[in-house]
Amino acid sequence: MDEPIRVLIAKPGLDGHDRGAKVVAAALRDAGMEVIYGGLHQTPEAIAEMAVQEDVEVVGLSVLSGAHMHLFPRVVELLSAAGAGHVLVTGGGIIPADEMAELERRGTGRLFGPGATLRELVEYIRAEVGRRRAAARSN
Amino acid sequence: MTTGKTQTSAAAGSLFDRWREAYARAGEREAALETVSSAPVTALATPADVAGTDWERDVGLPGQFPYTRGPYASMYRGRLWTMRQFAGFGSAADTNARYKYLLEHGQDGLSVAFDLPTLMGYDADHPRAAGEVGRCGVAVSSLRDMETLFDGIALADITTSMTINSPAAIIWAMYLVTAQKQGARLDQLGGTTQNDILKEYIAQKEYIFPPAPSMRLVVDTIEFAARSVPRWHAVSVSGYHIREAGSTAVQELAFTLADGFAYVEAALARGLQVDEFAPRLSFFFNSHVDFFEEIAKFRAARRIWARRMRDRYGAKDPRSQQLRFHTQTAGCSLTAQQPLNNIVRTTWEALAGVLGGTQSLHTNSMDETLALPTELAVKVALRTQQLLAWESGVANTIDPLAGSWFVEDFTNRMEQEALTLFARIDELGGVVPALEQGWFQREIGKAAYRYQRELETGRQVIVGVNKFVEADEDDHKLEVLKIGIETEKAAIATLADLRRTRSAAKAQAALSRIRADAQASVNLMPAFMQGAEAYCTLGEMVDVLREVFGTWREPAVF
Amino acid sequence: MTVATGAELVARVRAGEELACARLMSLAERGDTRFGALHDGFFRDLGRARRFGITGPPGAGKSTLVEALALHWRRAGRTLGIVAVDPTSPFTGGALLGDRVRMGRLALDKGVFIRSMATRGVFGGLARATDDVADVLDLFGRDTLLVETVGVGQSEVDIARSADLTVVVLHPGGGDTIQAMKAGLMEVADLYLVNKADLPGLDRLVQQLQDILGLRDLPPDRHPPILTSCATDGLGVAELAAALDCLHAERAASGALAARRAENFERRVRRLVEGRLRHDVWEAEGLGALLAERISQGLPQPAHGLSDEILTLYRKRTPES
Repeated sequence: MDEPIRVLIAKPGLDGHDRGAKVVAAALRDAGMEVIYGGLHQTPEAIAEMAVQEDVEVVGLSVLSGAHMHLFPRVVELLSAAGAGHVLVTGGGIIPADEMAELERRGTGRLFGPGATLRELVEYIRAEVGRRRAAARSN
Repeated sequence: MTTGKTQTSAAAGSLFDRWREAYARAGEREAALETVSSAPVTALATPADVAGTDWERDVGLPGQFPYTRGPYASMYRGRLWTMRQFAGFGSAADTNARYKYLLEHGQDGLSVAFDLPTLMGYDADHPRAAGEVGRCGVAVSSLRDMETLFDGIALADITTSMTINSPAAIIWAMYLVTAQKQGARLDQLGGTTQNDILKEYIAQKEYIFPPAPSMRLVVDTIEFAARSVPRWHAVSVSGYHIREAGSTAVQELAFTLADGFAYVEAALARGLQVDEFAPRLSFFFNSHVDFFEEIAKFRAARRIWARRMRDRYGAKDPRSQQLRFHTQTAGCSLTAQQPLNNIVRTTWEALAGVLGGTQSLHTNSMDETLALPTELAVKVALRTQQLLAWESGVANTIDPLAGSWFVEDFTNRMEQEALTLFARIDELGGVVPALEQGWFQREIGKAAYRYQRELETGRQVIVGVNKFVEADEDDHKLEVLKIGIETEKAAIATLADLRRTRSAAKAQAALSRIRADAQASVNLMPAFMQGAEAYCTLGEMVDVLREVFGTWREPAVF
Repeated sequence: MTVATGAELVARVRAGEELACARLMSLAERGDTRFGALHDGFFRDLGRARRFGITGPPGAGKSTLVEALALHWRRAGRTLGIVAVDPTSPFTGGALLGDRVRMGRLALDKGVFIRSMATRGVFGGLARATDDVADVLDLFGRDTLLVETVGVGQSEVDIARSADLTVVVLHPGGGDTIQAMKAGLMEVADLYLVNKADLPGLDRLVQQLQDILGLRDLPPDRHPPILTSCATDGLGVAELAAALDCLHAERAASGALAARRAENFERRVRRLVEGRLRHDVWEAEGLGALLAERISQGLPQPAHGLSDEILTLYRKRTPES
């Protein structure tokens, strides 16, 4: 049986609207993952530190404030600097499609906008983590 | 077969039985047939459903207790609702231009959206503000920004609603000083500060200080308004955000009113007389997709408030008993897919607000799931209200749905369920103890999760998202508003200049006074106004309060 | 991972690298057998860290208390390792680990390392992993370890008993004492802490505790201390820290600590052996499948006779593996 996937769910920046983050956390738990809930109003530095200490495979960020172009890349950068560049950074919020594409170019995984289903997110995480684990094993 | 509440045996005898048989034979379509709050809906209402209603006592007439039909005798026949579109983004200068555009196009009052650093009490140059300045509202770090925001707009002649909570008293102080500098007197100024801190702990999470000192700040503003700014609504008790966080309609109704009563009790504890301040408490509700559920909610709200204000708090002034509210159509009902559908959703949500008797209304723009709205989208949203007001005819009569067995029954049921939730809150010790225990937050979280799962099983339908989906949709077609990084840079530059040019001595003196007054039981408004005049920044003033009051962290969330 | 890279990982942990520490912990959590080999290489260097178990029923404010204790000891120059354990859902296999979010004041302090763990099922699986994870923190150089668990059910009690000292945290209002007694929690306490002391019912709860302790066959001077606190306001925390330091030092001096560690060690090895046996019988030997097959033939079946049969098969098979 596969190891449970450990995921950190957190909200970077000042945005406090946590409905999505909490719904996702509950859904991932129900999908058999271990969810570390990092909470609101976290700095990118604190999120990177949590990700390192918890040795998560996935970091899920929720940003509805428009500050995503600053916050997502910052977390990616900090994880990389800490030696945790292998961590999948995903998430969602109010992010126009062209900016999602740009963020992916800058190192995030797939991002999920309004209307995305929990099932899509769970399947994506499982598939992507599975892929990365297989690649690591063959190294 | 379910027909909602049709177990009333007093239903119209054999006629009803005949209908029931025919209905059963016809069968129901493949759908949940319940509201977006997962509440059951009566299939067919009859007089039997409202047999217990005393029309004079429970429904009455507009402008008469318990105001179920509206707070005013003439309602929209006398005056239309205020068309007040929430706006704000980028710099104070950008927002000032948008305000002038809206006023030119027929908007009645101004409504200010602030950016997150401002909402959370940080200046634009604070490290935590990086990337967030001007993105979801206007950045106001000082009196100078406030002056720019309203440059060329006479505050004595309009009303302004400011959506600000934790630092509301300070921002209000900046507004008042701005108006005074324009030559206005405080007693000429009309408007609203949202200033509803309880719902921040419960739903929106833009809190700074712990509940007790935050309530003190709210009462300071209520008291100052009652004594010195009599046309001002110091608090807009809000359900909008509670609903957006995923609550049901009944939770929105009950939690909002419970918060309102908590403010009343806090002000009474300060020694104010109920009729001194209650007339200027206002409310702010969501108007969500289930048309009749929302209308019932609005009518029940008025009735519950009136009864309790009179019977429990001894309010005698009708204006203390009248619940007056602003409505915003539901942001969370909008979709990124097929955004033009949002215009239609907003239209019927707005209509529900109107048929529910709202005093002012904000209609969302079609593109708001993607970004802050463009000028075109905002214009369509405003026109939506104007079309309803001037072409649909619904404003030509008062509370037309009164007497509908369905709507009156729905109103009664919502009232009953709200009262049950009040009892639960009382068991927990009241609103503040309940939120400290995380009760509201957990209830809302459960409702949100249940709704999401129902969406994914198809029990709840959203057109374009889980029904009538278009595979190769291209939402790039809509041009969205982009906020550039120049806003942040400009705001930082303004602050640097401000700190250089102001009198350091005056600023220091003002901050010392704030500290002293915060530590004493003195109304802080005069100290905040002095701080504003001295060009203390928002962050500087809030930091003093952070030291004196402490900061708040959420209790257990799950 | 080769032996070489495993040794490298351990070296990096000794050198104080956070990422390596986290990685080694994951190895332990996964039950990777290579961890055992590595552990055999570094176990002699352990034992410097003081280990405190913090347990108690939900709602007692344990996480807030842990944060307050950590802050207090940090100010005194100590370094902390915190392990926060939450239950895995038996239905979904998932878990919501929400303890570290309540320790926000410890964020970005390099002197505090926090790790959240899910229980991942029963049969001592967690007890082994928690000890191993705590050992990694010890290796990492932390002088004080706090292991926080929810005190319901047996495995959480096991976790608490892998510590040098265990604090049972209660709070007034909620029938805690009776609950705790049923869980066997009262047996493990070296010290009781009544948190949220500002709530009504404090005196009654303290009285109840004193009554219960009076029933045990211990002379009064050997009764575990009962302290009170209001962790959110920081009250009673310094006293708790001092009591723990004092008790730990006393026991170290008297030999009681060594005795406790010996007991814990014995329990740990027994758990490890039993855990592996359990795994061997049911998984490795495929006897679980045999049991399932017999059941599918329809009940009634002889429970004892079948157990004998399975054990006999196991004993016959093991030489081959």
